[in-house]
Amino acid sequence: MSQPNASRPVAEAAVAVVAEGLVKRYGELVAVAGIDLRIRRGECFGFLGANGAGKTTTMRMVQAVSEPSGGTLRVLGLDPVRDGKQVRARLGVCAQEDNLDPDLTVIQNLLVYGSYFPQPRATTRQRAEELLAFVALEEKRDRHLRELSGGMKRRLMIARALMNDPELIVLDEPTTGLDPAARHLIWQKLRELAARGVTMLLTTHYMDEAERLCNRLVIMDRGRILAEDAPRALIGQHVGHEVVELRVPEVEEGEVLAGLDLEGITSERVGDIRVFFFERQSAAADRLVGRARSVDVACLVRNATLEDVFLKLTGRELNE
Amino acid sequence: MTRAPAGFFGGAWRVTARNLVVWRTFAGASALGNFGEPLLYLVALGYGLGRVVPQLGGMSYAEFIAPGLIVSTAMYTATFEGTFGSYTRLSTQGTFDAILATPITPTELVAGEILWGGLKAAFGAAAVLLVIALFGLVPSWYALLTIPLGLFAGILFMAMALVITGVSHSYESFNYYFTLVVAPMFLFSGIFFPLEEMPLWVNGASNVLPLTHVVALSRGLVRGTIGATDLGWHLGAMLAFGVMASVVSTRLLTRRLRS
Ligand SMILES: Nc1ncnc2c1ncn2[C@@H]1O[C@H](COP(=O)(O)OP(=O)(O)OP(=O)(O)O)[C@@H](O)[C@H]1O
Ligand SMILES: [Mg+2]
Repeated sequence: MSQPNASRPVAEAAVAVVAEGLVKRYGELVAVAGIDLRIRRGECFGFLGANGAGKTTTMRMVQAVSEPSGGTLRVLGLDPVRDGKQVRARLGVCAQEDNLDPDLTVIQNLLVYGSYFPQPRATTRQRAEELLAFVALEEKRDRHLRELSGGMKRRLMIARALMNDPELIVLDEPTTGLDPAARHLIWQKLRELAARGVTMLLTTHYMDEAERLCNRLVIMDRGRILAEDAPRALIGQHVGHEVVELRVPEVEEGEVLAGLDLEGITSERVGDIRVFFFERQSAAADRLVGRARSVDVACLVRNATLEDVFLKLTGRELNE
Repeated sequence: MTRAPAGFFGGAWRVTARNLVVWRTFAGASALGNFGEPLLYLVALGYGLGRVVPQLGGMSYAEFIAPGLIVSTAMYTATFEGTFGSYTRLSTQGTFDAILATPITPTELVAGEILWGGLKAAFGAAAVLLVIALFGLVPSWYALLTIPLGLFAGILFMAMALVITGVSHSYESFNYYFTLVVAPMFLFSGIFFPLEEMPLWVNGASNVLPLTHVVALSRGLVRGTIGATDLGWHLGAMLAFGVMASVVSTRLLTRRLRS
């Protein structure tokens, strides 16, 4: 065990993960290019970013399974390289890829996984039964893995991640590929965990999921952090509050918008749609909508979302 | 309450135990494989070919090959487990990834896999020992020691197989290992013909095949004729091969698992 830094013991105790200039290289490829993080205990912290942005790589360093190539990292007050065993003992992991044990039954999956942790066997057994109930899989207790649907497997992954009663749980795309009901069920479970004070690291490609669950989040792109804040704050800061979408081809746009004062309003074009971002209760927005109606141009008014922020910051092309 | 993480052997044992749990589920099919093939060799070669082969050092041909079949089963069992079995856990199934997210370290994981190969091979050896005893081919009680011998052989051949797995990126490469290493070892390690009667260089060269030493030990134990010098020499050779293979496989796999 390392000595807690005497000069700021309170701050250290309240922080779950601290990274400074964290880097991960795979040969020539820089997967994580120097990021800073300060994740508080008890918060749900999100990682958004396009495919290949470096989210999973960052998580794996936090999980103490992959060694950083540079920078500093502390997890639960420990050094994940030197004290990897201790860090992993206090962490729960729900990986992006399903890696449940297909050779075992549902309950065996939990029991065997629990046996990897330094805890009494009776505790493991009791927790396995409790967690089966927690994720509503009691009826599948003795079924083989191949008899589970995708959503059930995801729930079992989450139950398994809780077998050691972790202080910090890492969830890499926990709801990808699930139907709406299954996603809502998992969100409910995650909120229950949050209420118990478990710190959560969550990656997702669903912006509504991030908006719902995360206290704060980062948007990553090519190994860097582009923005970091609470979801509402990011929306207010980067795209305003109200969005108006006009379906108008680029060539006709000048004609439709003629004479409207749209000075200082940000907008972007996506195919044959022009998207405008406004502050709340904007007179300019009302004028724009009025004009669209009068010239019979299809027009959609909606609240700004995290998705708008994401697309604005990371661009709309595929990063390949 | 979390206790202090288990030590090295505790961690390794958890990995072995996981494989035991899975094996229990499939034990039926697995045991049949253990009995089946050696039994075929025993009948086809021991009794078929044996009709035209003269006595070898006072043994019938069936008596001659039976001890070798105990340990060749150990070798095949561990080799299949360390190649196809471990590779599946390493790549397609993600089992190792899941385990390494827990306090188990990569070194413990490899050690647990190696021990598991030994245990499974010992079961196989015991099964074959039982069969050849039923055929009346086991004259000495020392033959019971072929079960721990099967354990050590399994550890050795599992470690060798894991070296191959450590550098493999598909199942294809295992075909080469079986064709170029395992099959020749099966045929030229003195199971089917006495190495002492071969030209000196063949006899000498056979010492580089780890299985040669295991076969010599097995035959000595089953017959109850092993001497202290032979025992020391062959066990020493097994130990040397075993340590080498364990070190190399652990290096290769831990590096791969840490990336
Ligand atoms: N083991 C590895 N070896 C080599 N390159 C890797 C490895 N793991 C990840 N990478 C590379 O690192 C980069 C970041 O990958 P990472 O898996 O962290 O992305 P991600 O943000 O999780 O993406 P996704 O949303 O698709 O899951 C990618 O370019 C990927 O190809
Ligand atoms: Mg990922």
